[in-house]
Amino acid sequence: MVPGRIARRFAGLAAEGRAGFIPFVTAGYPTPDHTRDLLAGLAELGADVIELGIPFSDPMADGPTIQRSSQGALEGGTRVDDVFAALAELRRTSEVPVVLFSYLNPVYARGVGTFVSEAAEAGADGILPTDLPLGADPALEARLTESPLDFVRLIAPTTSADRVREIARASQGFVYYVARTGVTGARAELRGELAAEAGAVCAVSPVPVAVGFGVSTPGHARAVAAACDAVAVGSALVDRLDGGGVAGALALAGELRAALDEAGRSARRG
Amino acid sequence: MIASPGQAGRFGPYGGRYVPETLIPALDELAAAYEAALADPAFLAEADALAADYVGRPTPLYRARRFEAAAGIAPVYLKREDLNHTGAHKINNTVGQALLARRMGKPRIIAETGAGQHGVATATACALFDLECVVYMGSEDVERQSLNVYRMELLGAEVRPVESGTRTLKDATNEALRDWVTHVADTHYVIGSVVGPHPFPLIVRDFQAVIGREARRQIIEAEGRLPATVVACVGGGSNAMGMFHAFAGDEEVALVGVEAAGEGLGSGRSSASLGEGRPGVLHGSLSYLLQDPDGQVAPAHSVAAGLDYPGVGPEHAHLMDSGRARYVSVGDGAAERAFRELPALEGIIPALETAHALAWVAEAGRRGEVAAPVAVCLSGRGDKDVVHVSRLGGRGEA
Repeated sequence: MVPGRIARRFAGLAAEGRAGFIPFVTAGYPTPDHTRDLLAGLAELGADVIELGIPFSDPMADGPTIQRSSQGALEGGTRVDDVFAALAELRRTSEVPVVLFSYLNPVYARGVGTFVSEAAEAGADGILPTDLPLGADPALEARLTESPLDFVRLIAPTTSADRVREIARASQGFVYYVARTGVTGARAELRGELAAEAGAVCAVSPVPVAVGFGVSTPGHARAVAAACDAVAVGSALVDRLDGGGVAGALALAGELRAALDEAGRSARRG
Repeated sequence: MIASPGQAGRFGPYGGRYVPETLIPALDELAAAYEAALADPAFLAEADALAADYVGRPTPLYRARRFEAAAGIAPVYLKREDLNHTGAHKINNTVGQALLARRMGKPRIIAETGAGQHGVATATACALFDLECVVYMGSEDVERQSLNVYRMELLGAEVRPVESGTRTLKDATNEALRDWVTHVADTHYVIGSVVGPHPFPLIVRDFQAVIGREARRQIIEAEGRLPATVVACVGGGSNAMGMFHAFAGDEEVALVGVEAAGEGLGSGRSSASLGEGRPGVLHGSLSYLLQDPDGQVAPAHSVAAGLDYPGVGPEHAHLMDSGRARYVSVGDGAAERAFRELPALEGIIPALETAHALAWVAEAGRRGEVAAPVAVCLSGRGDKDVVHVSRLGGRGEA
C-alpha cells in the first residue's frame, strides 16, 4: 500500500529530527471565511497535520471553548457539506494532511460508507471519532480501518497498559494520547507525569504519537515535544481566534511551530 | 432470571459503549462490580431491606374505578410508584446505584436530572449513605421545577444549572458526562434512566424491574390472570422498562410505551424519539434519536420535563423493532387534561410525565382500542408540577 500523506509527513519529520505540529480548527467558526483563511494560513506556516473539527450539537468530550465554537458554527449554519467544501478548497493549494475530528453521529447519520468516500474525495487523510473506543463496534471499526482514510485512535491516561498496546497497534497514521483525564480546554499548566506517560506510549507504539488536550503555550509544546512525535493544540487556538481573529490565531500557531522546531525531536526514535 | 445484553451491551443492534476512551476502565469496573454484587447475598439482602424499610416497597396496585367509568374500560390498575419515598420510581435505581458506589469505594456521586425527580432521588440516597452529591440540571428545568431544586439542596446536594445547548435534560447529561470524564477516579455517575453506555441500561432496568415483578404478582392475585395491556410513559424509559421487564416473556400481554408528542408529531416540537426519530448515537449508546439529516441532535420538547429528551433507552428501540412492544404518543394538551382529571376522579395527582400514559389509556379506552385488564405504571406524583400547570391556565381544558 502506498503510504498516505500522514505517513509521509511523519517520515519526513523523523528524517529532519523535528516534532510535528497539529493545530485544531472548528469548521465554520466563527464564519466559513475565517475557516478558509485559518486553514490556508496554518498550511503555509508549516502545520504538519490539521485536525478539522466537524461541529456537533452535543460535544460531550469538549470543554467550554470547543462547546462554544461548535455551537457557534452550527448556529452559523455549518453543515457537513460545508466542512467538505472547506477541505476541498484547501486542497487546491496545499498537500497538508487533514484529519477530520468528529463525534460519531454525524458520520453515522450520513452512512459510514458515504461519509468516508465523500471525505476522501474532498481530500481528507484521516478520521478521528472521539466516541468510538477500541472494541465498541467491531463492524463499524473494521469499515473505517479498511476505508481510504486513516482511522486515528485515542489513548487516555486511564487506559490500561495492555489496552495501550492494542490501541496503538490498531491506530492508523498516528495515535493520539489524551494529556489528561478530562475534557478539551486550555490550561495554565500540564501535569508533571505527562512526559513519562507519553514516553511509555511511544515505547510500545508502532505509529507516531501525538499529545493533546490542554497543551496551550509554546512552553507546553516544548515540554511535550521531548516525549512524543507531535503536539496537538486546539482550545488555545480557538480562544485566540476569539480574541485576536485569524491573525491572532496564526500568530500563536507560528509561536508554537517555532517552539517545536527549537525543541527538536524526541530522542526515542533516533 | 435477568436477561443479559451480553458483554458488548447490545439489545439487538442497539446499546453499546460509544464514549471517550477515558471512561472505558470505569465502565469495565462498574460492570464487574455489578456482576459481583448480584452474586453477593449480603448486597442483595441489604438492597431488599432498604426497598422495604426505606423506599416503602411493595407499592400498591390500586384499581381505579372512577377512572374506569370515565374511560369506559375496566378493570384499570395503577401501579403506585408515586407512593415510594421521594414520590417516584426513580429511587429504586438510586438506592441500588448508591450501594454499588459504596461497594466500589467511590465517595462522590454525580447525576443529571430533568424534572428533578431523579436528582431528588439521588440526593436522598447520597444523604443516606453519606456520599458527596452534585446534580446537573438544565437551567430551563431549574426554572420550571424550582421546588425540586430546593428539595435537592435540603438533602445536601449541590445543584449546578447547565446553560449550554437547549438547557434541558440532554445538556445536563452532557455536563454530567464531562464531569465524569474529569473525576472518574473517585466519582460514580448515577445515571437516571435506561440510557447511556453499557452497563447502565442493564443496571437501571434491573433495579427498576421490581415494579413489574410486583405488579405481575399483584394483578394475578387480584384478577387471577395476567393483564391484557401494560402501559407506561417513555422519556428515557426507565419506569417503562421496569414495568415491562417482568411481562416481556408473557407474549399475550401487550406492552405499550407512551412518548411525549409535545405540540404534535411533525411539529418539530416533540420528544417522540421512537415515534419520529432515526437510529443514532448520543450519550454513549446507539438508539432512536431525534436528529437532523446531518446527525445533529434535534431539540426535544414536552410539557413534562422528565420526558423532554431526544433519545430513548436502547432496549426500547429493540422492543419496538422486534414488535414486542408498541410505542404511541400523547401531546401536551392531552397530558395536561389527564393531569387535571385523575385528581378529580381518584384523589391522586400524577406527575405530568405519568399523565401521558393515563391520557393514552383514557383516549384509547373511549375508542375501544385497548384490551382489559390494563395495568398502568403511575410512575410519580405530580406535586412538583402543580405550579407549572396552574401557570398554563385553562389551555389544558381545550
